[in-house]
Amino acid sequence: MREENRDVMSENILVVFPHPDDEAFTVSGTLAKHIEAGAHITYACLTLGEMGRNMGIPPFANRVTLPHIRKIELERSCEAIGIQDLRMLGFHDKMIEFEDQVLLDSQLDALLKELRPTIVYTFYPGFSVHPDHDACGESVIRTIGRLPQEEQPIVYCVAFSKNHQEVLGKPHVVNDVKEYLKPKMTSIEAHRSQFQAAELLGSKKLEDEEIRERYGWERFWIYPFHVSE
Amino acid sequence: MQLINLEKVQHRIESLKGEELYLHLEMTTGAYASHLDSTKHPAANFITNTKIKYDHGSIAGIGPYRVGLKMAEGWIYTEGLTHWEEEESERLLLAGHDGQGKLVVALQLSREPF
Ligand SMILES: [Zn+2]
Repeated sequence: MREENRDVMSENILVVFPHPDDEAFTVSGTLAKHIEAGAHITYACLTLGEMGRNMGIPPFANRVTLPHIRKIELERSCEAIGIQDLRMLGFHDKMIEFEDQVLLDSQLDALLKELRPTIVYTFYPGFSVHPDHDACGESVIRTIGRLPQEEQPIVYCVAFSKNHQEVLGKPHVVNDVKEYLKPKMTSIEAHRSQFQAAELLGSKKLEDEEIRERYGWERFWIYPFHVSE
Repeated sequence: MQLINLEKVQHRIESLKGEELYLHLEMTTGAYASHLDSTKHPAANFITNTKIKYDHGSIAGIGPYRVGLKMAEGWIYTEGLTHWEEEESERLLLAGHDGQGKLVVALQLSREPF
């Protein structure tokens, strides 16, 4: 385990997740920290999460309005974190694993060529529970794997399947984001059709030690493109 | 969405019958079902924007509700419906939400594609 202490000044960072809200619990604190240090962040969100099951309590969304509502939620979440560049790629929710891989990879490849990020955040293929998460991670890894080695960014993966620690071991990077709980909770709250943020906090405040421990750490595994090193 | 009003939904079903319509039909336990509870069996299906026409249809039950639509050569059936969108006057949007408010089933009909 180590704390992420690289110089992140003016770094270009690409975040690739399939659903609006994937960023909120996993990486929002880390991104806010990067941004404070001067990084420029592009978040490529593959879908609008239009097949999501949560419609709010009581349901204020429906199958037809959900994509519009989640788009606005995503924009607010990005605003809260400070993400400068949000790209909504328009793929169909739940269908990423069935999507034309050439099409999917070519869009990610175009982003990589355009932005030349030094860091990429995505889901760890095979350890991310939702088929869209795994397929998203696979596409990112596949596309970056095709780049010349010297052009490959570091890929920090989020993993949370039941067996992830058994197979992957302890996270390679554990970021302390306790100073960034405000943007993080605002990002979570922005997705109000998906999360009952008030319930997550209960009667507790952000300063509460239990809340700070629960949401104050973000964990990543670096994808091993070159295992021999 | 609002809780289903049987008479109003029946009226909407009547108003859409005999026309070529786009159907969205869906049922899902959610992709996280077995991650959250290993005894659960995750299952889902959906079909979207397929064209159908029914000549006879009704909503039944005391809630959650069932809907059956009779086509020339087959049926469309959904059980577990709890909510509808009253303000949608041109389309019929029906959904079933479980105790946690999560969507379990959806049955939608529209003259335009979804
Ligand atoms: Zn997701």
